[in-house]
Amino acid sequence: MQVITLPLIGTVAAWRAEARRLAQQGVRPEEVLWQRGERAADLFAQATPQGATAPPLTLPREAVAAMEGALCHSDPQRFARAYDIVLRLAQGRLRWGDRSDPALHKLLMQEKAVRRDIHKMHAFVRFREVGAPDAPRRAFAAWFEPDHPITEAATPFFANRFGDMDWIIATPDLTARFECGALRFEETRTEFRPPPDATEDLWRTYFAHIFNPARLMVSAMTSEMPRKYWKNLPEAELIPDLIRTAPARARAMQEAAPTLPHAHVAKLRPKRPE
Amino acid sequence: MVKRTLTEKLAILADAAKYDASCASSGGERRDSRDGKGLGSSGGSGICHAYAPDGRCISLLKILMTNFCIYDCAYCVNRVSSHVERARFSVEEVVRLTVEFYRRNYIEGLFLSSGIIRSPDETMADMTRIARTLRQQEGFRGYIHLKTIPDAAPELIEEAGRWADRLSINVELPTEQAMQALAPEKSPRTIRRAMADVRARREAAQDKSHAGKRPARFAPAGQSTQMIVGADAATDGQILSNAAQLYGSYKLGRVYYSAFSPIPDASQLLPLIRPPLLREHRLYQADWLMRFYEFSPGEIAPQGGMLDLEVDPKMAWALAHREHFPVDVNRAPREMLLRVPGFGTKSVARMLEARRHRTLRYEDLLRMGCVLRHAQPFITLPGWSRAPGLDDAHLRARFAAKPEQLSLF
Repeated sequence: MQVITLPLIGTVAAWRAEARRLAQQGVRPEEVLWQRGERAADLFAQATPQGATAPPLTLPREAVAAMEGALCHSDPQRFARAYDIVLRLAQGRLRWGDRSDPALHKLLMQEKAVRRDIHKMHAFVRFREVGAPDAPRRAFAAWFEPDHPITEAATPFFANRFGDMDWIIATPDLTARFECGALRFEETRTEFRPPPDATEDLWRTYFAHIFNPARLMVSAMTSEMPRKYWKNLPEAELIPDLIRTAPARARAMQEAAPTLPHAHVAKLRPKRPE
Repeated sequence: MVKRTLTEKLAILADAAKYDASCASSGGERRDSRDGKGLGSSGGSGICHAYAPDGRCISLLKILMTNFCIYDCAYCVNRVSSHVERARFSVEEVVRLTVEFYRRNYIEGLFLSSGIIRSPDETMADMTRIARTLRQQEGFRGYIHLKTIPDAAPELIEEAGRWADRLSINVELPTEQAMQALAPEKSPRTIRRAMADVRARREAAQDKSHAGKRPARFAPAGQSTQMIVGADAATDGQILSNAAQLYGSYKLGRVYYSAFSPIPDASQLLPLIRPPLLREHRLYQADWLMRFYEFSPGEIAPQGGMLDLEVDPKMAWALAHREHFPVDVNRAPREMLLRVPGFGTKSVARMLEARRHRTLRYEDLLRMGCVLRHAQPFITLPGWSRAPGLDDAHLRARFAAKPEQLSLF
């Protein structure tokens, strides 16, 4: 039994290198115990290829992309499952996309869960300004708690979007830092929540006023923005009150009698176009 | 008049904008700011950054430039005869709000609309100036949607299309009679002419000249429109055939349906109702069937008819056309699989792929994301034999929701 310890940073890339090496040595899935942890140093010692004994692995491009997504899931079995699938695909014992295979079905479901988690991170990260607003590069920071270890997979999006500012996104697992155009990762030592930002009051004003109390549909909101995210969303503190007062506000609009226009209105109105 | 603070203006001008349904921010041009010289990215699938308790997503900063308006559309909160509070943003204020919200990852960009002040041209010129300032001065590469003023001069529309990702013009109401009665200053003909103009400019912007030179960009994410539902007597059949015609004639990306909703300070012409939310939902489902499931509007609702509120339009079609069922999942062509309730476009694609390799069994459908509770009576395949008869008179009752509008109060 071989124990493979993947590093906390660069986990997916390290898994790829290890899986390739093990496959070339003909190591069977049940002979490997995969884990993710601190012992990054001796991993690279082992990762040196020992001369190819088996043909190189070739997999469909979409299989590689989906597998790399699924490897960001929090399930401890994900590395072993993916290795087993890679071997069966390479040996022609499994067809990519065949959902009747329980392992592949599970991998695809986990990939979907990771994709959703990444999408929600792109949506719900809230930056707070931590530098001087007149600095040459403005600086922002955010604390976010994803369901899965997705920080490395999800943050290049922010580097593409916020290219002209420095930012930090800290998660319980890893912290991403983007400084002067370079993105790097480090392990998160302590929970870091940046202090509130003055613009949040404007954002809360917007959130409260774009809401239409005559269309209250709480479950439609919570299915897309589950409560677990609320603690890191500055606007979420308004939600209970908006819900509580909505029925009365809607009723008041309906019960109010129509008013007569001011006298000057007739002068303002243009003629109907031809 | 006391000068309003930015917070007060934002409150008034967001209140004024909430009846516009669109919040799409997907598609269009791929941009990013990895070069460090600008702010923002766009072109992927849109992101909904928050949800309000009405269940609607918040993707764009959706505001009016001003809610002063010289028109008197009865359904509109901003009509000239309404007593709502009025405000007007400066160009700099809209730019600042957009950029500061964007930097904090609250939004995908700006959806700017406006009441008509002084003249359509002046209003459109001010809106265009906001979009230009964002792009040129702020290096903003996020999404911009401008609500176009139908009567504005062509050169203003041209410039709007250069800065914006999407342009939209609301058709407002489903029928000409309703427009005449409820939006007296707006002309359906002008609106349609403006939509045709946007289509023509978009097509011109996609054609390379014979020298291979690309013309100036024009609204790369397309155009959309909105219809208010429930303010007039138009039937769902009329609304859907109208929508099909809009998709066909003007190559619209989307038609939005907005249930007429109570507004503060209503007009005497138009008594307030509970917003027909379930009807709006069914119209969106029907719209989806026309765009992705190869249904024609006449199949979903006859011209003078209404959609069934109790069952979704696909189920309604299947219940009314039982002679086409059960469908043999292993042999039916794609277009027939798409008509099975509970089968979506993705699951149908998976079935077709899997069918090339082997015979599908009932258990396979479970893993392909089908809603089998809906599909069961309408399909046949190995592993599924307990088909409850298609001739069962109570079949409909198994799927019908309680016949009631989505409750609000």
